[in-house]
Amino acid sequence: MSKFRKGEKKGMPAISTASLPDIVFMLLFFFMVTTVMRETTLFVSVVTPKATEIKKMEKKSLVSYIYIGSPIKRMQASYGSAARIQLNDAFAEVGEIQEFIATEREAKDEKEIPYMTASIKADETVKMGIITDVKQELRKANALKINYSTRKGTY
Amino acid sequence: MASKRRGLPEINAGSMADIAFLLLIFFLVTTTMDVDTGIARKLPPIPEEEQETPPEIHAKNIYTVLINTNNQLLVEGEYMDISQLKEGAKAFIDNNGRDPSSSENPEKAIISLQNDRGTQYVTYIRVQNELAAAYNELRNKEALNKFGERYIDLNKTQKKEIRKMYPQKISEAEPKNIGGDS
Repeated sequence: MSKFRKGEKKGMPAISTASLPDIVFMLLFFFMVTTVMRETTLFVSVVTPKATEIKKMEKKSLVSYIYIGSPIKRMQASYGSAARIQLNDAFAEVGEIQEFIATEREAKDEKEIPYMTASIKADETVKMGIITDVKQELRKANALKINYSTRKGTY
Repeated sequence: MASKRRGLPEINAGSMADIAFLLLIFFLVTTTMDVDTGIARKLPPIPEEEQETPPEIHAKNIYTVLINTNNQLLVEGEYMDISQLKEGAKAFIDNNGRDPSSSENPEKAIISLQNDRGTQYVTYIRVQNELAAAYNELRNKEALNKFGERYIDLNKTQKKEIRKMYPQKISEAEPKNIGGDS
């Protein structure tokens, strides 16, 4: 009996919460590291069209983005409001796409080149003319895997 | 020197967890795991100069979809609303020779999509989406018939089999100007 009484007297030892901050910090660092800040500042406004038959894009590192849309308000004074192409951090002409694809390829491993995808992020209001030009340039650059970026939804 | 004897009072670290939690929640909320989604397509390679003439394709195996500057659809020579396109495409692909003027079988069926330079991108994507939906629904139906599961739940070889029966052949023609200037 005395044995049990002894235990009762001590009560449950309090669980040490001293390591709780460590655990939380670990999680915090994980999220801080994985949070990707958008690397390109968009100069064109892009609202992608909605679609239902969409696929997730895999291997983000192998995707080159081509933004097409009208310049944002701040840039309209110098660039007008006609739809333009943006590659990386600058406006570009249609003719620069081949060069862009070439530089994107150089940065990648040779084995990965066939899996590279060009993602066309174009605004809903853009006319097909510019898209067709971009597609033709991509064909010339032999970047045949493309992806029309869309949101999920229906009209 | 009473203070010396007491030593430095220990800083209470009890609230550290709260601070860390606060930061954690901030990052949890701001992290956008935005997955890029889209419609994947393959462009045809630029034809080589000395390429032989491509094999003839029967006109009945081609389903032409034209989109003009005013975002109107002309399907097989007739005006069509975009909402009917999916059913129209499904009927064409899955015709299997029933209608002699339509496709022979799904493997031979080709959808030819042509647009004008002035067509709006959003219409183009909607058409692409409807055509993809037509194929997906047919594949799904076949998958349910054959394996009793939806197409996306099939394994790789089963998917391949279904894909072979319903190959997605959507041809995007060389750019042309149809129906007015851009």
